[in-house]
Amino acid sequence: MRFMVLMIPGDKRVEAGVLPDEKAIAAMMKFNEELTRAGVLLALDGLHPSSKGARIRFSGGKRTVTDGPFGEAKEVIGGYWLWQVKSKAEAIEWASRCPAADGDVLEVRQVYEASDFGPEVARKETELLDEIKRRTKR
Amino acid sequence: MTASDMHRAIEAVFRIESARLIAGLARMVRDVGLAEELAQEALVAALERWPESGVPDNPGAWLMATAKHRAIDLLRRDRRLDRKHEELARALEAREELAAPDLDAAIDDEVGDDLLRLIFVSCHPVLSPEARVALTLRLLGGLTTAEIARAFLVPEPTVAQRIVRAKRTLAEARVPFEVPRGAELAARLSSVLEVVYLVFNEGYSATSGDDWMRPALCEDALRLGRILAELLPREPEVHGLVALMEVQASRTRARVGPSGEPVLLLDQNRALWDQVLVRRGLTALDRAEELGGARGPYALQAAIAACHARARTPAETDWARIAALYDALAQLAPSPVVELNRAVALAMAFGPAAGLELVDALASEPSLQGYHLLPSVRGDLLARLGRFDEARAELERAASLTRNARERGLLLERAAACARGPARPQ
Repeated sequence: MRFMVLMIPGDKRVEAGVLPDEKAIAAMMKFNEELTRAGVLLALDGLHPSSKGARIRFSGGKRTVTDGPFGEAKEVIGGYWLWQVKSKAEAIEWASRCPAADGDVLEVRQVYEASDFGPEVARKETELLDEIKRRTKR
Repeated sequence: MTASDMHRAIEAVFRIESARLIAGLARMVRDVGLAEELAQEALVAALERWPESGVPDNPGAWLMATAKHRAIDLLRRDRRLDRKHEELARALEAREELAAPDLDAAIDDEVGDDLLRLIFVSCHPVLSPEARVALTLRLLGGLTTAEIARAFLVPEPTVAQRIVRAKRTLAEARVPFEVPRGAELAARLSSVLEVVYLVFNEGYSATSGDDWMRPALCEDALRLGRILAELLPREPEVHGLVALMEVQASRTRARVGPSGEPVLLLDQNRALWDQVLVRRGLTALDRAEELGGARGPYALQAAIAACHARARTPAETDWARIAALYDALAQLAPSPVVELNRAVALAMAFGPAAGLELVDALASEPSLQGYHLLPSVRGDLLARLGRFDEARAELERAASLTRNARERGLLLERAAACARGPARPQ
């Protein structure tokens, strides 16, 4: 099973675009290497501060785009990993080995997989595909 | 934390640590079976103590220290205590003093070497293929006997027996705990890769059971492959195998229809292909090719799978390249099944007549007698050439040969379409 692991930095300077010091980077690289060696790490990315991002809100049939930073939000995602593990407990164990800074929060969330959906979803998917085929043939 | 949460947490730690633990212990006691027992004892000790003391900061080190103490006790208490055991016990103690946490880098390398030795021993040719698979999943995949039994749909005692016997065989054959060198390495490595791919295939197209895929086994095989690629980064075929498995696994979701029936490659919804795995597969294939391994059997198969992965629609498939890759594969590892695949690729690239020529040459192949795909492919090509009567006969023959009811239905449908002549629906 797969887990997406979200990093929510505690240090607000991260939001200001301040990069972690060399020692912290080295420790994180070592952690990522451990994950790779264990065959657990599928993908990872770090995200720019929210000031470079935007939010698109949907309400009353309208879309409102707001540029970052998301000042009102206490928890802004700083990056993520995608892991393949045997259990939620294993994801938690790996997450607790992360050399995170004081105040950081890691959130582990299981990724939906085909087997999590009933046959109904698969049937709809096939119908949709047939529809696309029919239209493109025309 | 509840008791069951704690139990799960300890199991998770053990799953992460057990391979390294067993590998390190096996080097010290020079017996894989004993090493695994010592690791199990350390797990039991953790289950006893951690619920009260909490999980230690460095659980791996704790487990290793505990297992080593048991090893020393055991060797000391051994009735047959001889000088050799005494030396070993002393050496173990000395190592323990050395193993300070600031030796991290050196220890990492050492752990890698130990893991590699453990993989080669678990996949040793002195063991039967079933034993290699069970032992590898147990020692390196960290699976319990019950999990292996469930995955392969065999009774748990059978798996337990297999593992016990495998360990005994290794001890009796005095298989050394080492990575093979020189010319032996290539042969032994191919045995390792075979075991990993066997596990993958059992998950990808299950030979038994109701489900025709068991994705958990695919994941176990992929994890083993990825670990191996980290341990042997200069071996192109390891990356080739990883590439093949990643690309094949990327199609898992698209390979099963709404009622659990198989969906063939060209009929799959490509939007369901897992792009994370496709990207990983293509990267691994690049790596294999950079290392000069483009012509390895796994790399070639991966390259074929990659041709499909790169095509956004079936029509974009580079069939000429696929035909050339099958050609290379046929020269490297000639087999009628590879030839049949090559015929399909040739027909797709250069028209049905080119494919039919090759298929006809295979007609007398003894190993393909009774293989439903031969008449199925032949029937298809004949139909595309407008030879509908012959096509219908071939498709009906294919239908009578397949053991899969869904496939039989499909073949008979196609045969009936041939009977209706040129206006057959595609």
